[in-house]
Amino acid sequence: MSSIDATSAHGARHSHDAHHAHHAPGLEHHFESYEQQRETASLGMWLFIAQEMLFFGGLFTAYIVFRHQFPDAFAAASHHLDITLGCFNTVVLIASSLTMALAVRAAQLGASKVCGWFLIATMVLGGVFLGVKAIEYHEKYVEHHIPGVTEFHWDEAFHGKQIPSNQARMFYGLYFAMTGLHALHMIIGIGILLWLLYWVRKGRFTADNYNYIEGVGLYWHFVDIIWIFLFPLLYLIGRH
Amino acid sequence: MSAHISSIKLYFGIFLALMLGTALTVAAAFFDMGPANNLVAMGIALIKATLVVLFFMHVRYSSRLTAMIVASAVLFLVILFGLTMMDYFSRSTEYVDPALINTPVIAGSAAAGH
Repeated sequence: MSSIDATSAHGARHSHDAHHAHHAPGLEHHFESYEQQRETASLGMWLFIAQEMLFFGGLFTAYIVFRHQFPDAFAAASHHLDITLGCFNTVVLIASSLTMALAVRAAQLGASKVCGWFLIATMVLGGVFLGVKAIEYHEKYVEHHIPGVTEFHWDEAFHGKQIPSNQARMFYGLYFAMTGLHALHMIIGIGILLWLLYWVRKGRFTADNYNYIEGVGLYWHFVDIIWIFLFPLLYLIGRH
Repeated sequence: MSAHISSIKLYFGIFLALMLGTALTVAAAFFDMGPANNLVAMGIALIKATLVVLFFMHVRYSSRLTAMIVASAVLFLVILFGLTMMDYFSRSTEYVDPALINTPVIAGSAAAGH
């Protein structure tokens, strides 16, 4: 009983200080310091990313299983993806990760104006990525390579072997599920960046209190990492 | 009190390393190296991902608790991939290409596997 009393008294003293002193803007009452607040926020974000890794992990597992089962069909179907566009998008997305990292750095230095511009650059690069992805999806639509949307069309041989249509369809099913889920994450990311930009412009963040920017940065980099794996797995098999 | 702030030079260095990794991945894909193609592509991707995690995501300068969360996520991914593939490599059901199995598939085992 006495230990509970001691704890609550301890907590009350801190919130009391924070209420009256006003010397710590943006520091929530339940944190001892900015450092602890920052650590807690990024740890929480990492827990979210850990489950996101396993969320995407299910799709990667399906990919491994079916590629293992239909290696020729996967190579043949992969050959149909546009390697130039895929490459271009990889560069764009890594560049957006750089601008995001620089936005966080600007926030750490308390330079909100610079931070805002880097957030805009990140959003623009993200938009370019999604635009290119839309061009690629349209190409596949025209070629009747989207399973379930139009009647799937496939009649091809690869290295002299006829590739069954249902096996090629499996590759494209995974291609659209994986890149689609990735693109959805990017769309959500751009939405969050817009919201973040609003608050940066309003001057909500300081060099001590920039957790939101750091958190969004972690999310954006995570989405970049997913693409780092998707690009070789989807575009580059069966090129040789 | 304040967090570690990396230099702009470091960020651009990491960016260039990631670009180099991308170029290497694409170049390697055009050479026929047999099963090594996969190993090279995934090896480079792993290095790129590690660079992003350590420097862009600041895990290099974060607490050990954060690093442990990252490591545990990777561990569970390895379990997910590893145990799944162990099953596919070692079971003789109709899902596995019979060419991969050394011993001939026993008649009826595919149906039993259902």
